[in-house]
Amino acid sequence: MPATLPFAAFTALVTFLVSFPIMGLKLVKEGTQLTLQSGTPGAWTFIGLAVLTVFLFQLFRPQIAGATAGLRSRLPAMPSVMPEDEAQKARIERVILWVLIGVALIFPFASSRGAVDLATLVLIYVMLGLGLNIVVGLAGLLDLGYVAFYAVGAYSYALLNEYFGLSFWAALPIGGLLAATFGFILGFPVLRLRGDYLAIVTLGFGEIIRILLNNWTSVTGGPNGIGGIPKPTLPAIQTDPELAVVGLEFGRRAKEAGNVPFHEYFGIAYNSSYKVMFLYIIALLLVLATVYVINRLMRMPVGRAWEALREDEIACRSLGLNRTAIKLSAFTIGASFAGFAGCFFAARQGFISPESFTFIESAIILAIVVLGGMGSQLGVILAAVLMTILPEVAREFAEYRMLMFGLVMVVMMIWRPEGLIPMKRPKLELAQ
Amino acid sequence: MLAFDPFYFAQQLLNGLTIGSTYALIAIGYTMVYGIIGMINFAHGEIYMIGMYSAFVAITGMAAFGIEFLPVIFVGALLFAMLISSTVGWAVERVAYRPLRGGNRLIPLISAIGMSIFLQNYVRLFQGSSDVAIPHLLSGGYTFGAADGFQTTLSYMQILIFVTTIVSMGALTLFIAKSRMGRACRAVAEDLKMANLLGIDTNRVISFTFVIGAALAAVAGVLLGMYYGVTNPYIGFIAGLKAFTAAVLGGIGSLPGAMLGGIILGITEAMTSAYFATEYKDVVAFGLLVLILLFRPTGILGKPEVEKI
Repeated sequence: MPATLPFAAFTALVTFLVSFPIMGLKLVKEGTQLTLQSGTPGAWTFIGLAVLTVFLFQLFRPQIAGATAGLRSRLPAMPSVMPEDEAQKARIERVILWVLIGVALIFPFASSRGAVDLATLVLIYVMLGLGLNIVVGLAGLLDLGYVAFYAVGAYSYALLNEYFGLSFWAALPIGGLLAATFGFILGFPVLRLRGDYLAIVTLGFGEIIRILLNNWTSVTGGPNGIGGIPKPTLPAIQTDPELAVVGLEFGRRAKEAGNVPFHEYFGIAYNSSYKVMFLYIIALLLVLATVYVINRLMRMPVGRAWEALREDEIACRSLGLNRTAIKLSAFTIGASFAGFAGCFFAARQGFISPESFTFIESAIILAIVVLGGMGSQLGVILAAVLMTILPEVAREFAEYRMLMFGLVMVVMMIWRPEGLIPMKRPKLELAQ
Repeated sequence: MLAFDPFYFAQQLLNGLTIGSTYALIAIGYTMVYGIIGMINFAHGEIYMIGMYSAFVAITGMAAFGIEFLPVIFVGALLFAMLISSTVGWAVERVAYRPLRGGNRLIPLISAIGMSIFLQNYVRLFQGSSDVAIPHLLSGGYTFGAADGFQTTLSYMQILIFVTTIVSMGALTLFIAKSRMGRACRAVAEDLKMANLLGIDTNRVISFTFVIGAALAAVAGVLLGMYYGVTNPYIGFIAGLKAFTAAVLGGIGSLPGAMLGGIILGITEAMTSAYFATEYKDVVAFGLLVLILLFRPTGILGKPEVEKI
């Protein structure tokens, strides 16, 4: 009898106990009565297989570990994709970034309307991911209520438009500023707390914002949300003062006084895909601006301080860095990007409700940052693309989407906590 | 605003105590795990939810076999739910937390969030996302107050909740204070490395705290399942958040703190619902959490944490 038998039997029992009440049995409503029915044969087969797999794996674990270790030592070392030289690495990353920008620019003219629409959604998530990356990846502050700032941005455009008639371009900076203010107000008292407390407080804050939006019916429309939010317009260049065109709209007819439809202004035929393309281009510009600003920030003293604080708080304090100010700056700047993204989201959807700003949205954005590699911009962009496109491609597995999503988060933490493309920082080492 | 009615107030106090004592039961799981390995077990709310589902499975299963004697149903559901929940608790620790021990603090927390999402969707996938309801097993109660005014009701179910909570808490306190395993728990909470050096199997102790926490969450699941009679896969998230608030309120790491925090939170919520607005009871609960963290980060009964270098 192998020594692993008792533990293997125990884990098999655990697997059975974890799976049978939920998978093997089903509570079914029959009229007013609740009855207990057996699960599908498929579910029982699955339970049997799972129990057997766990049992065998634990039973032969030493042998399996030995075999894989042997295999690993016999295989040649994996050739690294990236060259060792730091300067060369940076150059390659820059080339990849430029290629990505090029592809993104050509993309709307070479693909279908649906694809462009999806790409716009990807860009929103890229922006949210990059914004949260400042807070979580660079400054190392776990923010589980990031969606609250996104909601602030979205609602500020929707409300400013509804009550004061502000256009998208006027509301965009205000939305970002308001989100930043919220970040500042929340961050100021809370950032003194240790990491995991901060996570829970931000989570609670996210819930508070959602509950307020849901219940303040007289202003926000409650669960019914706000509809009829106008799409962004293209500010027209004033060539003829008599005409006084304010902006160009992308619908068939202009909805607001002073605006002219885009196709009439340029005298071309109406095409419904212009609207989608225009939204895509705005999103792309916003993302490019975000990438640029964050890239600059990372090289500024404040950016260096974020990372230093993440690595060793005590050392930073002993070197005289003001930790509250540094954390607060990361929190506020991160929040402002969510505000911009929220503004754009409201404009794109034309309709917003508290439904769009639940905790799960925060978790998705966090997963993007974690999957991509905390701190790494290229990684975050890649992860945002993956996380938005995969569920669209695998529609028949939509049922399992969130299940897989949770599992991926756990597996990533165990297998590769530094993410798909880990962040690399220039470093110097003294030769011995 | 109506005139102050002492019977109405007493009713709210009773309701608050009922909910508060179940929060306290769930909060024990957070506080014990935090006290020992310093991590927030984000999936704990889902373990409570699985406990409630297991109780529903046991109760409907026993009804199918024609068992109608209430104490048998109650004890049966309690044992079954505790068995299932503590198994899940053990498995979660083994799979998602143990491989990550000793690294950056954020990594196990993110893993726990993933686990929470996984468990919630696991239940949703196989049991459906709609509410399931069981009939009330225990109805009736004592009524106080004038026949023409507001009458305070202390239901038998509420009495059952109080008694079960007090018995479980008492048993746990006694166990931690007197037993060998309890002493090991306290030693590990004091200093994990030193306990390890002195020959305590710390891995076993950590597994054990997850099992105990999960079992108490299951007790709360059975009680609230019988009290409300309704459940769905999403109840774990908000309940977990509330229980965590209770744990922080009382002082995380402290057992009496968790009980005190749970009861304060329950009463605050009941009073907010009764005298202000039901929709804002969660806002008040989280607002309380923020205030406590600001003015007394260690909670009411917590000890100040010393930063070790």
